[in-house]
Amino acid sequence: MMHNYLYFIWPFKQEILLLLAIFILLLVQIFVDKPNKEWTMQWVNLFLLITVFTGFWQVGYTSDVSVMFQLSPLIAFEKSVLAFATYLISLQGYQWLKHQTYFIEFYVLLLSSLLGMFCMISATHFLFFYVGLELSTIPLAILANFHLQKKQSSEAAFKFIVSASFASAIFLLGISFLYGSIGTLSFNAIATQLNVNPLSILAFVLLFTGLLFKISVVPFHLWTADVYQGSPVIVTAFLSVVSKASILFVLLNLLLNVFYSLEQIWHLMLLILLLLTIFVGNLFALRQQNFKRFMAFSSITQVGFILVAFMGQHVLASAAVIYFVVVYLFSNLCVFGVISLVSTTTGKENIADFKGFYQSNPFLAWVLLLGLFSLAGIPPTAGFFGKFFLLLSGIQHVQYFSWITIAALNLIITLYYYLRVVVVIFQRDAAAEIPKLYISYPIKVSFFICIVGVLLVGVASWIYQYIFTLDFAAF
Amino acid sequence: MNEGLIITLLLCLPLMTFVIIRLFFGIRWPIFSGYLATLILLIITFLSFLIAWQYFFIYGKINSSYALFVPIDIKWLVFTRQLSINFTIIIDAISVMMLVVVSFISLMVHVFSLAYMKGEQRYGYYFAYLALFTFAMLGLVLSGNLFELFMFWELVGISSYLLIGFYYTKPEAVSAAKKAFIVTRFADFGFLIGILIMGGLANNFDIIQIITSIGEQQYLWKGAAASFLGMSTLTWACLLLFIGAAGKSAMFPLHIWLPDAMEGPTPVSALIHAATMVVAGVYLIARFFPVFQMDVTVLHIIAFIGSGTALFAAIIACTQTDIKRVLAFSTISQIGYMMLSLGVDDNLTGIHLGYSAAMFHLFTHAFFKSLLFLCAGVIIHTVHTNNMHEMGGLRKQLPVTHISFLVACLAISGIPPFSGFFSKEAILSAAYNNHKWVYAVALITAGITAFYMFRLYFSIFWNKPVITTLKKEGMGLMQLALIVLTLLVIITGYVPFGDFISANGKPVLLEVHFGFSVIPIALSVLGFFYAAILYYRENNLPSSLEKSFGWFYQTVKKKFYIDELYLFITRIIIFKGIGSSIAWIDKNAVDGAVNTSSGITNWLSVFIKKLQSGKVQQYAFYFLIGVLCLLVIVMYTF
Repeated sequence: MMHNYLYFIWPFKQEILLLLAIFILLLVQIFVDKPNKEWTMQWVNLFLLITVFTGFWQVGYTSDVSVMFQLSPLIAFEKSVLAFATYLISLQGYQWLKHQTYFIEFYVLLLSSLLGMFCMISATHFLFFYVGLELSTIPLAILANFHLQKKQSSEAAFKFIVSASFASAIFLLGISFLYGSIGTLSFNAIATQLNVNPLSILAFVLLFTGLLFKISVVPFHLWTADVYQGSPVIVTAFLSVVSKASILFVLLNLLLNVFYSLEQIWHLMLLILLLLTIFVGNLFALRQQNFKRFMAFSSITQVGFILVAFMGQHVLASAAVIYFVVVYLFSNLCVFGVISLVSTTTGKENIADFKGFYQSNPFLAWVLLLGLFSLAGIPPTAGFFGKFFLLLSGIQHVQYFSWITIAALNLIITLYYYLRVVVVIFQRDAAAEIPKLYISYPIKVSFFICIVGVLLVGVASWIYQYIFTLDFAAF
Repeated sequence: MNEGLIITLLLCLPLMTFVIIRLFFGIRWPIFSGYLATLILLIITFLSFLIAWQYFFIYGKINSSYALFVPIDIKWLVFTRQLSINFTIIIDAISVMMLVVVSFISLMVHVFSLAYMKGEQRYGYYFAYLALFTFAMLGLVLSGNLFELFMFWELVGISSYLLIGFYYTKPEAVSAAKKAFIVTRFADFGFLIGILIMGGLANNFDIIQIITSIGEQQYLWKGAAASFLGMSTLTWACLLLFIGAAGKSAMFPLHIWLPDAMEGPTPVSALIHAATMVVAGVYLIARFFPVFQMDVTVLHIIAFIGSGTALFAAIIACTQTDIKRVLAFSTISQIGYMMLSLGVDDNLTGIHLGYSAAMFHLFTHAFFKSLLFLCAGVIIHTVHTNNMHEMGGLRKQLPVTHISFLVACLAISGIPPFSGFFSKEAILSAAYNNHKWVYAVALITAGITAFYMFRLYFSIFWNKPVITTLKKEGMGLMQLALIVLTLLVIITGYVPFGDFISANGKPVLLEVHFGFSVIPIALSVLGFFYAAILYYRENNLPSSLEKSFGWFYQTVKKKFYIDELYLFITRIIIFKGIGSSIAWIDKNAVDGAVNTSSGITNWLSVFIKKLQSGKVQQYAFYFLIGVLCLLVIVMYTF
């Protein structure tokens, strides 16, 4: 009998771990008077790491597609990536979280949001998908408000929740039209029954834009800069890495499987949107003074480049996107980790404040440099390989390659503004504005992981190979 | 000896030198690291001569034509079953020739630098970077895989960046390094996309396999189905590759970084920005020559850009007063020659001289141009200025440099019996047989070249009376390097180059016809005399000429305002125009209300007002408009 129960439990292995962590946190909050912050953080991080490793445990893959939930090696891997990113962010937030009164609530919200993303990725039915989407969004709005004494933070939260509800409304409208069109919301049924007619196109466009909002594709990006700037840095990091990655994973499944019959439509839409996204992101990033705002616009551009890969064939596209997300995770967290540290200890967030940063904090300057180089795609950092595969996938369609070329030429502007920051950091004549910073142990660990990631994910080809084989099995 | 082993050694030695010196010896024992690096390079040069000798005289020739060998082929990045990137080394005539040139010039520059850089603060690091560059350049010429080639290509760029910015306390050097980095990166993105198209469509990154696959499936590559803006996929791929090559080789309009790169130490200019790295673009096109030959359009574009650049840079060189900049423009002009020579080898007339001629010129140019730069190094070392108006009458103080410089000037002007004459003749006859206009431009350029080179020569060594206060040069490592190179400039012209290197591996006869040579020699001599009249003695002819040319002279002196044009586009249009208007929108849409107000109460009221006035609603509104626009477009199209 025991065996049978386990059979039902295995597919939810990662979700159950997260739920467990959330429940324990709540119990600690209720029953422990003054919980030991350090200890609590340690075991939550441990839980996250276990969640990462469980993803590689070869059990619980579902073959039955009639239910609302599926798990395949690829999906388990995607969840592991998200959990790992959350783990790194949690490490980087150490110094900031230590001074927070409501740090248990912070973790509960963070893990709930992650749980929502897990549900979303595994969903095979739009109802369940929607539950996941909301579960991932609403805690984020509260997290954005976590700088409790700052007005900017509550403004960010307010803007986020209002915009997100609007996007959700559009998304729900899309779902209703979809239901009206084919009478079911199951992914499997949509994939087989959907055909091109005005109603289904309308449904698709609404549903699709609702999701594009979350990865801040232009023109649905307006909330991004405000929310990024206002939120605490580690929440910004979570928004820009984990939240975006989850939606990208979902889009892979939706576009390449579920809505594949509308391929031509979303190709056209993506082409317009990605060009717009890359251009606008680039041009806005050029003149930003605030580092977090700068990262907001540069991450918009990065998403534009990721969209390029969607134009390719199934396996190549999916492998390129997932691989790039892994690369992006490390490079972006290099940058956000440093910003977070600087912002929590000195409160400085402008690019100009980093003048002569190399003199006072050589290690942090190198971390920042590696992260920025990788984001700019300079070989031999992982970012170069990531961009390489994105473009390689996008260029497969010969009729689009001129557009993809135009998109790729934008890499130069991208390079320019990343270099601008690097130049500021390594300026030698100016006196450093930021004093030597103390780097606590967990933060150091996260930086080492990120550096190794940036330097090795590209050159160690087995990582791409692994992702590719997973994709190959999935499609 | 085993080829694979030698080549492994050849690549590992400089890399190890770089790592060891950079990490351990650089600061503590600078002098020792200099000698260590030079010694290692001596071994490398010996090994490359060994490879060259074995290839050309022992095993390279199969059925009376030089074949291509792959001594190393290691699986490097195995991405998928279909897509893997190997670490491949290829040995053929051009890679072996480049191997010899790179290692030998690098050795000479090392020897020269031992004395030249003495007393520099970062003496040790300098040699570390030189070793890094040597490694990258050797890797580049030996690469048999397009992706691998690109990695080395970037690495060469990075080491060049490090060396241009070597005097990092000088703001000019830093901005020059940045400029070089950004301009070449711009071109490299073109190159990268070219690689993606070639590799993606041939489903392989191996250079040999790409070439065969394109050759076999020409219909697919040239097919109209895959065309864009009226050009086929093949044309696009070749053009993009050429953009990469043009960036590295400083072809118009991407030439702007090279003159500024002269801010680096002079021996570095001799090695990187004259003899080796800048000809990487020429080498790249030679490497893909079978592909380029399938597409005459691109070849012709190369020929036109090459000849245009040759003339354009030569004209600018006549007006520059910084001696290193004159040499930089002459480098651009000479690379233009090589490019045009490749471009005219278009398979239409059946005469294949261009390819061999280009490679020949690359070979001889490496020697005389690095000699010129090293001479310039000695001169700058003696008089402590780059400005040629502040020089004059140096022939007594610098006898060795004087003779070397004269020989190199004669060689670059194409006056027999020096090496430049033979290679330039080959290029001119290749151009003559294929394209008369290109030939005419090349001919005029030859005359101008003689003029500006001897303008330089006379201004430095004659012109003013001999200055007696300066010390006479002794005989040291610097002079040793000059003498060796001078001897080579004299002999290299007699190498029967066509026998060794040609487009299809079969010997080509690069002969010199007396009747054909008369015109170019006459033009060069004319240029020489013209320069002699103007600059042999100090007089006011040059300045009155400058006056009579007026605005034209100014335009040329300002390098046709190309740099200003770029600055205008980047600074004014992109930055001020687009950038700041967008920043304005961003600012006013977001923080504008905050900034204009002052005081907490005011701030608070504005804050509330801002929420009421519906910034977020505005966002939602844009969102909705976006959705509607998309819907309209999609519905309209389908």
